[in-house]
Amino acid sequence: MESVALDLDNYRKLLKEYLLTHDETALYQAEQLSKLSVQHNVSPEEIIHVHIKALKELYPELPEEVNDSLNFLLEAMISYGLALQEYQHLREKQSALESEISVAANMQKTLLSTKKPEIPGLDIGAISVPANRMNGDYYHFIYDNDHTLGIALADVIGKGIPAALAMSMIKYSMDSFPEDLRQPSRILENLNRVVERNVDPSMFITMFYGLYNPKDQTFSYASAGHEPGFYYHKETDHYSEIEAKGLVLGATNNATYDQEVTQIEAGDCIILLTDGVTECHLGDRFIERDEVLDVIKRYMHLPAQEAVEHVYKHFERLQDFHLRDDFTLIIIRKDV
Amino acid sequence: MDFKSCVNIRQEWDIVGARQLGREKAKELGFGTVDQARIATAISELARNIYLYAGTGKVRFEIVDQLDKKGLKIIAIDEGPGIRDVSQVMQDGYSTSGGLGAGLPGVKRLMDFFEIRTEWGEGTEIETIKWVR
Ligand SMILES: Nc1ncnc2c1ncn2[C@@H]1O[C@H](COP(=O)(O)OP(=O)(O)OP(=O)(O)O)[C@@H](O)[C@H]1O
Ligand SMILES: [Mg+2]
Repeated sequence: MESVALDLDNYRKLLKEYLLTHDETALYQAEQLSKLSVQHNVSPEEIIHVHIKALKELYPELPEEVNDSLNFLLEAMISYGLALQEYQHLREKQSALESEISVAANMQKTLLSTKKPEIPGLDIGAISVPANRMNGDYYHFIYDNDHTLGIALADVIGKGIPAALAMSMIKYSMDSFPEDLRQPSRILENLNRVVERNVDPSMFITMFYGLYNPKDQTFSYASAGHEPGFYYHKETDHYSEIEAKGLVLGATNNATYDQEVTQIEAGDCIILLTDGVTECHLGDRFIERDEVLDVIKRYMHLPAQEAVEHVYKHFERLQDFHLRDDFTLIIIRKDV
Repeated sequence: MDFKSCVNIRQEWDIVGARQLGREKAKELGFGTVDQARIATAISELARNIYLYAGTGKVRFEIVDQLDKKGLKIIAIDEGPGIRDVSQVMQDGYSTSGGLGAGLPGVKRLMDFFEIRTEWGEGTEIETIKWVR
């Protein structure tokens, strides 16, 4: 309504030109005017008003009925004008929200940042991409003075801001655990209690915790209902599922978790993922776990970081660049 | 206050009466057709809310004459249930009709001044002004 008051002279000129010539140019200019009017919040009733005025100036003898009918039309347009203003207002509000979320997303990135450790003898690749702005997946490496490597991978069922908030809690609980708390099953048991006490029962968190010990070359792990990863045995050139039993975090207050252990040989790989990987949609159907593994295999000859990135790009393309769920994939390879 | 500046709202039909009286006042004051249409729409919304949610009430018109400007004041009063959460009601997109544009936020946009006083269980009074430009 403000700034560009619809210019009556200009409108009259255009209208006259059009009525005389039926020239497409005038219509093109009318289109430009229409666009500009929307941009400047000029409502349809104002355009009709200008139209009536211009018409009366061009045809002083304008029949009463035509004049009245145009006023009738003007009345009928009022709600469209209001809808336009509301739309503009909502747009402004949305962009304010967007920037707020941006700030939150950046903050989350900083809060949950983890450094991929450089460990002699291990090649590590990790990628985690949120479906929306904030990530409900979380991974963390804990590399200790004693040279063990802890790997935490968690997934909040659900995505977006609530999931991201829950993840920050997991991260800070883990930070507060005593240094000598390293056993995967014990870590999950402790986290389970934290989640059970603090998080709404409708929210579930699955989690995998693994501990690599270079001294005896073992990988111990436990899972709280987390999507099973894959283990690659170099010797037999065979992939198997990394399975471990355990309830999702927060389901009961005294859940216990079985801890498994495997010997890890040169060339073997540990592949960990979240269900954002296995639940990629292809059209209407979920992709099968076998297909996921096939894709992973295709890139396994690459260094671990390149491999995870290629796998991600593959699924991103497959889903037309619209992730439905947060996507996290970690590959750890024991060098030969 | 002169006699013909208040319309009682009891039936849906009275909404039309309120619009009409409002439009006459607006014309007298020299509002253009666009503003007349906007004022009439605002009156409709207020009167319809009275009819729908309070059952009965009234819409009153006053001419505001200040040194530098003149305007039309519309006051909608009822002793209905009142509005529990005004700030929610004033948000875009809240109205039960769900449609874009209308409702109380629409009234606020159509007019230049808008004030609402309401007490849960006691009634609602909405005062709004449009200045002649
Ligand atoms: N005079 C009133 N007395 C009691 N409640 C009211 C009154 N006016 C509005 N309300 C309440 O405020 C809500 C919002 O009113 P508003 O006019 O903005 O939208 P609406 O009437 O629900 O839908 P619309 O007006 O778009 O058809 C109403 O649903 C009603 O609950
Ligand atoms: Mg209403």
